[in-house]
Amino acid sequence: MSRKKNTPVPNPAKAPTGIDGFDEITDGGLPRGRTTLIEGGAGSGKTIMGLQSLVNGARFDNEPGIFVAFEESSERIVANAAKFGWDLVALQKKKLFFLDVQPTPDLVQSGGFDLSGMLASLEAKAREIKAKRIVFDAIDVVLALLNDPVAERREVYRLHQWLLARGFTGIITAKAGGYETNAANRPQLSFMQFMVDCSIALNHEVIQGVSQRNLRVVKYRGSSFEENESPFVIGSAGLEVAGLRYMGESRVKVSNERISTGVARLDTMLSGGYYRSSSVLITGFPGTSKTTLCGAFAEAACARGERSLYVSFDSDANELIRNLASVNIRLQRFVKSGLLLTKSARMTTASAEIHLMRIRNLAQINHVRCLVIDPLSALATAGNEETSLGVAQRLFDWAKLSGITLVCSSLLQQPGPQVEGTSIQVSTISDTWIHLNYMVNAGERNRGLSIIKSRGMSHSNQVRELILSDAGVTLADAYTAGGEVLMGTMRWEKERAERAAREETHVATKLSQVTFDSEEALLEVRLKAAQLELDLKRAEKQAMTRTATNRKEELLNGSTHLRELRGMDAA
Amino acid sequence: MKKPAHFKFRLYVAGDSPNSAQAVTNLKALCHEHLPERHEIEIVDVMREPKRALTDAVSLTPMLVKLSPAPIRKIVGNLGHREPVLQSLGLKS
Repeated sequence: MSRKKNTPVPNPAKAPTGIDGFDEITDGGLPRGRTTLIEGGAGSGKTIMGLQSLVNGARFDNEPGIFVAFEESSERIVANAAKFGWDLVALQKKKLFFLDVQPTPDLVQSGGFDLSGMLASLEAKAREIKAKRIVFDAIDVVLALLNDPVAERREVYRLHQWLLARGFTGIITAKAGGYETNAANRPQLSFMQFMVDCSIALNHEVIQGVSQRNLRVVKYRGSSFEENESPFVIGSAGLEVAGLRYMGESRVKVSNERISTGVARLDTMLSGGYYRSSSVLITGFPGTSKTTLCGAFAEAACARGERSLYVSFDSDANELIRNLASVNIRLQRFVKSGLLLTKSARMTTASAEIHLMRIRNLAQINHVRCLVIDPLSALATAGNEETSLGVAQRLFDWAKLSGITLVCSSLLQQPGPQVEGTSIQVSTISDTWIHLNYMVNAGERNRGLSIIKSRGMSHSNQVRELILSDAGVTLADAYTAGGEVLMGTMRWEKERAERAAREETHVATKLSQVTFDSEEALLEVRLKAAQLELDLKRAEKQAMTRTATNRKEELLNGSTHLRELRGMDAA
Repeated sequence: MKKPAHFKFRLYVAGDSPNSAQAVTNLKALCHEHLPERHEIEIVDVMREPKRALTDAVSLTPMLVKLSPAPIRKIVGNLGHREPVLQSLGLKS
C-alpha cells in the first residue's frame, strides 16, 4: 500500500497513520509526540488500528515503533496481521519491536507492582531502534491486575508522563463497551480520556446480521477534526475509514467533456451525452431496461478504449453479457481484451461499507475511468438501511474526485404511477437523473424514458419511448396527442393515420385541381361561344341597320325621283 | 525427615521505587522466617540492567522468580500478601 495522493499535505504536528480516511478526518493523523487513547469493545479493531499506525510509521515515515502487548501474544498478533500484507517479519528486524507483557495464568500476584521496570527496559529498547511511536495494547488488562483505583491511576499517569517526556507518539488502547457505556463505568478510563490529547472511540454493531463499524474522534486537543461518526471497515490492507469529507478546498476537477451514453438519440436529448466524471442515476421498476442503458454506456466507454468496471448485484456477469447481447450490446469482446471488468456481487452479504471498499479498491487498482453499479439500491438491503445513503454519497464523491464517470441504476420497489423517488435517496446528489417507466395505454406496456434532471446541460423534457430490438437500443420520436405521449401500437397507429391523412390530402388537392381545370375550361368554352354569339349578333345588327338605311335612302331617292318624274320642286 | 531444599531466588526491582523497596524488605523477612540459612537472593535492578529484563521477559516489577527448587515460579508484586507467596513457593503446610 502506498500513501494515497488524497492525503493532505503533511503537518509537522501530526504523525500520519497511513490509514485510509483517518488522516483526512483528523487533518493529518495522530498528535505527534502526544498520546492517543483508542477505546472500543472486544473485536472493535483497536489492536489493528494501533498496529497499523505503528507499521505505517515504520514503513513510510521512517519512525520505528514498539508494540507492547498486554493481552494477545505478539506471535498471535503477527500471525493475525499477516493477511494485511504489512511485511511485519521484515520490519521486526530493525524497525518494529514487540514486547510481550501478558500475565500468564500461573502468575501469582502478591501486593502492589508498577510499570517502572517495564518502562526502563522499553526506554533502552527505544534508544536502540530509535523508536518514535509506541503502542500499549489493552492497558486495561494490566490495570485490572492492579485492582486498586489509586494504583491504576498512578500507573496510567506514570505511563503518560513517560511517553510525553520522551516525545513518543503514543497510542494506548483500552476495552470499553462502545459509545454508550463508554469510560463512565471505569474510572481509570475516564481519567485517561481527560489526560490524553486525542481520544478515539471504535464501535462495532451487528444490525440485522450485517456488521457495521464506526469510528469517532471524541477529542483532539489543538486540532480540527471530523466530529461525526465515520464508518470504517477492516479490509484486506487493514482499517479503511470513510473519510472523504476532507475539509478544505475543492479538489474536484470539473470537466466539460461529454461522453456518449451509448444511445445516440439519448446523447441528442442530453445535447451531447453525460459530462465526464459526473454521476448518473437511472431509476425504474423491474424490467424497464435500466441494465440495458447501463450496458450501452459500458459498451460506449470500452469502444472509446476506456477501462470500465461493471458491478452487478443482480445477475451473474456471464448472464449479463449474454442478455445484453440480445439487444446488440456486445461486451464479450471487451471482457476478452481486458478493457471491461465485471464484478458480480450477487447475493453477497456484506455491509454497504464493505461493498464500497471493494468497489473502490477494484477501481483504483485497475485505473477504471467509467464505472457502472447495477443496481445501487442493492446497497440498501436489510441491515444497511441506515448506512446506505452515506455510503452512496461517499461513492459519488469518491468517483467525482477520482475523475470516474459513474452510472448507477436504482430499483424502485413499489411500482406506482407517479413514484419517482429512489429507495436510496441519492437522486439529489446525482448530476443526471434518468427515469424509466412503463406507460400502460390501450392494453400494452411501453418503456418510457425521461430525463428528470441533468445539471449544467440543456436537455429534452419530453418522455420518449425506449425501443429495444436485436439491432440495438434507440429512442422513438414522441407523439403527443391530447396531452398524452403515444407509445407502442398507439404511436404506430398514429403514425399510420398521419401517413394516410397526408396521402388523402394529396389526392384531394389533385382532384380539386382537375375540377378547377375542367371548370375553367368549360368557362373558357362558354366564353368563346358567347363571344361568337356576340359577334353574330353584332353582325346581324349591322346588317339590319344597313338594310334599313338603304331602304330609307331608296325611299328618299325614290320619291325624289318620282317628284322629278312628276316635275315637282325639290323642296 | 528429608533435608529441606535450598531456595534460589532472583528479585527484579525497579530502582528504589516504593514497591521494589517493599519487595526487598518483605522477601528478606519471609526468608528469615521460613527459610533460615537455606536461601539465596539475587537482586536485579531493571533500571541498571534494562536489557536483562527484556531478555528474561520481565515487565512488571517487582517480580520474584524462584529458580530452584523446581518448578520455576514467578510472583509479581511487593510480596505484601504473604499467603499467596507461601502457597506458590510450597511453604504452606
